[in-house]
Amino acid sequence: MIKDMLKLFIENRKALAGVIILGLFILMALLAPLLAPYGPKQDSDDLGRFPLMAAPCDAHPLGTTNAGYDILSQLIYGSRVTLTVGILTGLLTSFISLSVGLFSGYLKGAADDVISFITNIFLVIPSLPLVIVVASYVPMRGVVPIIVVLALTGWAWGARVVRAQVMSVGEREFVKVAEVMGENSLVIVFREILPNIISLVMAIFFTSTIAAIIGEATLEFIGLGNVSTVTWGTMLFWAQNNAALLMNAWWWFLPPGLGIGLLGTSFALMNFAIDEISNPKIRKR
Amino acid sequence: MKYFLRKLFWFIFALYIAVTINFILPRLMPGDPVSVLVNRLQGVDENSMDAIRAAFGVDTEKSIVTQYFEYLGNILRGDLGISTSNYPHKVWDVVATALPWTIGLMGIATLFSFLIGTVIGIVIAWKRETKLANGVLGVFLFIRSFPYFWFGLILVYFFAFHRQLFPLGGAFAIGVTRADGWAFVRSVIYHGILPGLTIAISSMGYWMLTIRNNMINVLAEDYIVVAKAKGLPLARIRNRYAARNAILPSVSGFAMALGFVISGSLLTEMVFSYPGIGFMLYQAVQQQDYPLIQAIFLFIAVSVMVANFLSDLVIMFLDPRVRDGGKQ
Repeated sequence: MIKDMLKLFIENRKALAGVIILGLFILMALLAPLLAPYGPKQDSDDLGRFPLMAAPCDAHPLGTTNAGYDILSQLIYGSRVTLTVGILTGLLTSFISLSVGLFSGYLKGAADDVISFITNIFLVIPSLPLVIVVASYVPMRGVVPIIVVLALTGWAWGARVVRAQVMSVGEREFVKVAEVMGENSLVIVFREILPNIISLVMAIFFTSTIAAIIGEATLEFIGLGNVSTVTWGTMLFWAQNNAALLMNAWWWFLPPGLGIGLLGTSFALMNFAIDEISNPKIRKR
Repeated sequence: MKYFLRKLFWFIFALYIAVTINFILPRLMPGDPVSVLVNRLQGVDENSMDAIRAAFGVDTEKSIVTQYFEYLGNILRGDLGISTSNYPHKVWDVVATALPWTIGLMGIATLFSFLIGTVIGIVIAWKRETKLANGVLGVFLFIRSFPYFWFGLILVYFFAFHRQLFPLGGAFAIGVTRADGWAFVRSVIYHGILPGLTIAISSMGYWMLTIRNNMINVLAEDYIVVAKAKGLPLARIRNRYAARNAILPSVSGFAMALGFVISGSLLTEMVFSYPGIGFMLYQAVQQQDYPLIQAIFLFIAVSVMVANFLSDLVIMFLDPRVRDGGKQ
């Protein structure tokens, strides 16, 4: 079942494109020290200090910042945190969505009522403003609070979708049979129901990862991240704070945004492929 | 009626929860907003200081329960405290100056985005086998993956900085005032185009995808096949039979996503220095003006909830199945 899915996934052109883009980004993050011409915060080398706010040239293919940092190197090193935070947050968010959805969907009754109630509250409260408010109270600036805050505010939608799906799968005959045979609830949830909603879980993971990547960049852009680390979000923060736009320094704010967008696109492509695979109506003939 | 009452109850309860979260958050956090406040306001006399503490609802001599009820009472009376960064102005007055800007910009941008996105979605679902439809879909999927504030930056760079077709930011030209009448209105519209476009384009993909997926599901229904077999005009099948049935989730999404658009306008306003709620929140965060941050959050939460409530009502009117209590 999962193997079939993987096969379809590789055969689907959109998914393949997504996997390739993501693979390239992962490679870039892993090999950052080899690929980057300089350190992310290096402002000089043997030949002397780097020029400030330099347009792209041979020595600096993507130009430099107002502090003389090489933007290509920042872009390459920045992919590390952006990618890690995005994927970790995506995983954490989907894990919460999945556990909450599975339990409230399968248990039903009072437990479900309580969980649904909480889910609805989280659904209704607008998450970005909440994230900003929470992040502005948290005195610690860095990656961990961002992951926690994004995951805690982002799980509700997924939980609701999983719950609906679990409820419908739970009515199918093979689940009823397992129940009659006296299987333990946990076994039913993980053995019988979970494999049937794998595509949904993957869709939730992709969606929440895109949301996390954009959410992280957003928080850092506002200055609520740790502005001393180099990520695509903080690159945009510094570009904006130093009026890169008004200095005509397009090479400063264009690459990090493109990076975020491409990374997001790769997840969107995989997500779209999942949709096509799991929903035959959307699939072309 | 039962449906309405249930929704009304839910609305009021959610509102109450949002207010309570607003009360709990600053007290739950390890940081201490009050000490920030005290530091900021050095030079303010002791009486005003007490007034601000009271306004913020943090009075260490009172129990947390008393504080909570005083806080609820203040909110019911519309008293949101005093803004520390705009001292001595009341938070409510500060928020009120920003509100019309956000509502105007957001309202118009959202409406256009919804209408255009929905129409595009209907068309590309109808013609989904064509290259053009797939291309349009791809472009929107691509745009959706970018942070919208970055998208705004790019628009500013090209159309305001480079080509100088539009202003770099603000809501109206310096020197123009309300007294100028039409000149003022023109200036406001001119300044609203780029931020409006940013919001509209970044959210359009959502409307397009929502209606597209629904259209495709509806198009597979038997009655569409029958209608086609009967030889009804295709435009009629598309608009009356398919789109009409597919649009319901979009309409409820329209209200649901007002939350997203408010959040979207938040950063757009920041990029364009547009004097709305979002820009104000950004400034409040930078200046650690906690009463103002709380009030803006509360305001955004309330507007999303109102939007949700309205969407439930719209659904109730549009969908007889819901109106009759959801029974088959």
